Amino acid sequence: MALITCKNLKLGYGGRAIIDGLNFEVNSGDYLCIVGENGSGKTTLMRTLLGLNPLISGEIIFGDGLKKNEIGYLPQQTVVQRDFPASVFEIVLSGFCGKAGLNPFYAASQRKEALANIEKMDIGNLKNRCYRELSGGQQQRVLLARALCATSKLILLDEPVAGLDSKSTEGMYSIIEKLNKRENITVIMISHDISAARKYASHILHVGNEFFFGSREEYGKLKTAEVSGNE
Amino acid sequence: MNEIIERLYRYIQFPIVRNALIVGVLIALCSSLLGVTLVLKRFSFIGDGLSHVAFGAMAVAAVAGLTNDMPFVLAVTVISAVLLLRTGTNTKIKGDAAVAMISVGALAVGYLLMNVFHPKSNNVAGDVCSTLFGQISILTLSKTEVWLCIVLSAVVVAVFILFYNKIFALTFDEDFAGATGTKVSVYNLIIAVIVAAVIVLAMNLVGSLLISALVIFPALSAMRVFKTFKSVTVCSAIISVVCALLGMLVSIATGTPVGSTIVVVDIFVFFVFYLCGLLTEGVKR
Repeated sequence: MALITCKNLKLGYGGRAIIDGLNFEVNSGDYLCIVGENGSGKTTLMRTLLGLNPLISGEIIFGDGLKKNEIGYLPQQTVVQRDFPASVFEIVLSGFCGKAGLNPFYAASQRKEALANIEKMDIGNLKNRCYRELSGGQQQRVLLARALCATSKLILLDEPVAGLDSKSTEGMYSIIEKLNKRENITVIMISHDISAARKYASHILHVGNEFFFGSREEYGKLKTAEVSGNE
Repeated sequence: MNEIIERLYRYIQFPIVRNALIVGVLIALCSSLLGVTLVLKRFSFIGDGLSHVAFGAMAVAAVAGLTNDMPFVLAVTVISAVLLLRTGTNTKIKGDAAVAMISVGALAVGYLLMNVFHPKSNNVAGDVCSTLFGQISILTLSKTEVWLCIVLSAVVVAVFILFYNKIFALTFDEDFAGATGTKVSVYNLIIAVIVAAVIVLAMNLVGSLLISALVIFPALSAMRVFKTFKSVTVCSAIISVVCALLGMLVSIATGTPVGSTIVVVDIFVFFVFYLCGLLTEGVKR
């Protein structure tokens, strides 16, 4: 059974639909890139998958025993976070918030795992630093480490390279690839960068005016056909 | 100097003054704990808004002739806090406007009621003034109010410690917390309720116009110097308690109004921390 199956989704804000009749499924180990124009509903789709936005109609089915507190999420940065006084370790540890449930404190094993995730992101030297003093790329790695605390199965990334320079962007992509290949974590990523999507993703979902869901190869063929058709 | 110390000593003999000191310290502690979260969530003004609501409720209670208005005021304020904070950070502009609206609305209605229904009562202007600036009410606390204050403070501190990790996660990133399975609305509700409780308590100390100072100054001072959430929270609690105690002692010794003296001490400490922050940053560079 697929990890996530979406049937006939209709989604949007306040009853107004942005996307209608969306069908796709994500299997364990997939790397799905969601691409599309600004305002085409990529973020809305992701927020709906996470349960932050109500679904207008349709069905989202979680398979493989995936629970709500086993999903990792890397949101876009908010204004509040930019001057937030917190250490890297505190932020990464807060990834366990959902798993801790009613337990008011984090377990020693969770602290250890948080440290391990910090090391995995190559930011071990920053663990006691203040979040607001880090560069954009370092901040994204902190938030990715936090997302890893929440999950070992599925991670959703909302434009993880937005605003990063080319070197940090490369670093971010290779870390995400490593998580997908080595740790077998399923990745769903929103991206503006179609060339990167075609390089790293196993599947591509295009929302907006034209609609596409399929493997990277199929998307590639479609694009090539389009180009030769235009000529 | 001796004279001042003697005077302090003489005043502290009064149970009323000792009660006021206890209540003042507890209120300062509670408001500073919540202050960090409120400042970071861009809700600095909620203290102001809610205290005006409490002022309006007090006026209504006075007009209705309730002798013990605390439970009524508390209930009204809690409901307003829940309504204001329920939406969370996602509808920030709406929240902002809502705070302003409720705040001035309640203030106007409260003053109007007091004026219309108590025109001949001894001293409307004086009553209003003491509610707004909390001048004397801390020295007129009844025994029940002191106990209510102690119990509520204990509850606030306990809730804060038990939910510390959740409060951190929610303050830093509500969406992430919600997406990974934390019941955001429940915790927002809890925060709203204790914020309201603290504000109703704090009105006795500094009055409804100066409450925001008690909420934001310690948090802002601590943020100048400290870099982790835990150290900011602890430091802001210490600053707040020390300032409140110092302010109250000064006000007893020199006869200045309690609320504004505490706030002036807070402002002074803020500038000290601001300078320290500049210095430590300068050293790093």
